[in-house]
Amino acid sequence: MGVITNITSFSRNGLSDWLLQRVTAVIITVYICFVTFYFLAQPNLDYDQWRNLNGLFSMKVLNVLTVVSIAIHSWIGLWGVLTDYVTVRLLGPKATFLRVLFQIGMITITLIYLIWALDIVWGI
Amino acid sequence: MLKVSIYRYNPEVDEAPYMQDYDFDTQGEDLMVLDVLGMLKAKDSSISYRRSCREGVCGSDGMNINGKNGLACITPLSECLKGNKLVIRPLPGLPVIRDLVIDMSQFYAQYEKIQPYLVNNQPAPGIERLQSQEDRAKLDGLYECILCACCSTSCPSFWWNPEKFIGPAGLLQAYRFLADTRDTDTENRLANLEDPFSVFRCHGIQNCVAVCPKGLNPTRAIGHIRNMLLRGAT
Repeated sequence: MGVITNITSFSRNGLSDWLLQRVTAVIITVYICFVTFYFLAQPNLDYDQWRNLNGLFSMKVLNVLTVVSIAIHSWIGLWGVLTDYVTVRLLGPKATFLRVLFQIGMITITLIYLIWALDIVWGI
Repeated sequence: MLKVSIYRYNPEVDEAPYMQDYDFDTQGEDLMVLDVLGMLKAKDSSISYRRSCREGVCGSDGMNINGKNGLACITPLSECLKGNKLVIRPLPGLPVIRDLVIDMSQFYAQYEKIQPYLVNNQPAPGIERLQSQEDRAKLDGLYECILCACCSTSCPSFWWNPEKFIGPAGLLQAYRFLADTRDTDTENRLANLEDPFSVFRCHGIQNCVAVCPKGLNPTRAIGHIRNMLLRGAT
C-alpha cells in the first residue's frame, strides 16, 4: 500500500491536524465568549479601558494564544478546502499548479498575519 | 399514474447522459423500486441496472432514489416517493458504465487497502481461534456490511478524494478488523491510517449513517478508529 503524504498540511499527520483543529477551536471559542461578555458588561467601553485590558499580562497570553490558534486553525481548514476542490479530478491537469500556488499563498498570508498580529497584541 | 424518471447513458450511442421519463401504473400496490424497474425493463429492455438477490443481502442494486442512496429491492415506493414522481439515478461520484450501472473499482480499491481479512502471527491452533461471547459482540454492527457502496457514494469527502480517502464503507471494515481480538496486526493497521486523508477526511456529516440500508453506523466506527489512533500516539 502506498503511503499517503502531504507536505503542505500543517503537521503532515492527520491525527495531529485533527487534534490541533479541535484544541484551537476551543481556544478561539473561549476568546470569543470572554470578549462578548466583556463588551456586554461594559456598555460604555472607551479606548483607555480597552487598552488597559489588553495590556494585562493574562490578556496578552489569551490574545497570543488566540492569534496562534486562528493561524493554525485556518491553515488546517483552508488546506482541507484546497485539497477538496482544487484537484485534477475537478479542474483538470492545471489543478496541481494552482493548488500549490494557492497553498503557498495561503501559508504566506497566514504567516504574515501571525507576525503582524503578534507584534500588535504583544506590543501593547 | 406514477411518473418515473430514469438516468440513461449508453456511452456507445449517447453523447451525454439524459433523463428518460416513463408512466407507470402501480395498480394501487406499494411496490419496491426494483419491482418498478423490472416491469419497466420488461417494456424497454435497454434499461440497465445491477440486481441479484432482490432482498437486501447482495448489495447489487444500490442506486440514488429520489435523491437518497438506497437498495432498490428493499425501498418501497411509500418510503421514497415525493408526490407521484420517482427519480432514479446511479450512485453518485463513481464513473457510469451504462444507465444505473457504475464502475466500482475505486470503491473496491479502498476496501482492499484496509486489508479486509484476519491477520494473525500466532501459530494456528488445532481447530479454530476461539472468542469469548463479549469479544464476538464487539463485531456486531460492523460485520453486517454488504459493500453496496450507498454510504461511500453519499460522502462528499469520498467524491472529492476517492483515491485517498478510504470512505465510510472501507473504514467500517477497517474497524471491524481492528476490533477483532483474533487479529494481531492492530499496530500496522493503525499506522496505515494516520495520514491526513485515509481517515481524517471524514468531517462527521453522517450522510453514511443516514443512507445505510443495513442501519449501520460508519461515523461511530470512524470515531473508534480515531480514539485508537489517539490512544497510541499521545
